[in-house]
Amino acid sequence: MSIRLVVNGEDRQVPFSLSVADLLVDLELETRRVAVEHNCRVLKRDEFPAVILADGDRIEIVHFVGGG
Amino acid sequence: MKTDHLEISGKKYSSRLIIGTGKFKDFQTMKNAHLASGAGMVTVAVRRVELDRDKESLLDWIDTKKMTLLPNTAGCYTAEDAIRTAILAREACGTRLIKLEVIGDKKTLFPDNEGLLRATRHLVKDGFVVLPYTNDDLIVCKKLRDAGAAAVMPLAAPIGSGLGIRNPGNLRLIMEEIQDLPIIVDAGVGTASDAALTMELGADGILINTAIACARDAVKMARAMKDAVVAGRLAREAGRIPRRAYATASSPQTGLLD
Repeated sequence: MSIRLVVNGEDRQVPFSLSVADLLVDLELETRRVAVEHNCRVLKRDEFPAVILADGDRIEIVHFVGGG
Repeated sequence: MKTDHLEISGKKYSSRLIIGTGKFKDFQTMKNAHLASGAGMVTVAVRRVELDRDKESLLDWIDTKKMTLLPNTAGCYTAEDAIRTAILAREACGTRLIKLEVIGDKKTLFPDNEGLLRATRHLVKDGFVVLPYTNDDLIVCKKLRDAGAAAVMPLAAPIGSGLGIRNPGNLRLIMEEIQDLPIIVDAGVGTASDAALTMELGADGILINTAIACARDAVKMARAMKDAVVAGRLAREAGRIPRRAYATASSPQTGLLD
């Protein structure tokens, strides 16, 4: 069984009962280098394992890039 | 601020130069330029992770034990966007520092001071150390100070323009009238003499990105900027001579041969 998410504006199918921490592992992203917004709420890093994704959730994952 | 280091919100930085991380031709060049600049603080931008792309990270190329990260809110056109970006930046690296940009116009990238003030007040209340990027406008700078900014960052010229200081008189006024907060000139520097002049005017610090990153030899320019900032600051502390319209001889006017 899978659910549909919008991650950084892209539709993605992911397995049911996936946490934010699991999603980052799936995407091969290092937890300590990103920040995550879940349905417009910025998450604390220690919330990542506890937040379980639901169908239709909107996720934004950001990191640092070059800038002035 | 008569100190030999830059101090922001009680923390000391050994260099008065803050360097950017944008527009370098590659990460290795950026890293070499950072080292050559002697800067203790680097700016970074917050953007969406590009999924399914190469995962090489900017942070692999910054020694965060030696360099303090200063995230920015570049690309934000409303106070709300800037606040959201600042909160994401805090979560991404655990810093309370934010270089706050609320941009008013795509062509000039001039700040929207109304939104900037609003975002500054909000973020200060939320515990951020706010460094707002603003115009060379004394009154706005005073309002930002009163709103709780930890420093103010007036521009020398439009971002990335390389025009140098467009209005030295305005910057001088800001530095004379605001003595209780660091003034860090941000944006518009083109070459080393601009950086030296900025420091001679009395700036506490200076932020340079494009002038270094886009120079033909970024590493050499980083070194030039380092020396210019030190030279300008020393000249400021030493005190320049008054300007005179006519010559005054440097050699004795007596003892000349008949």
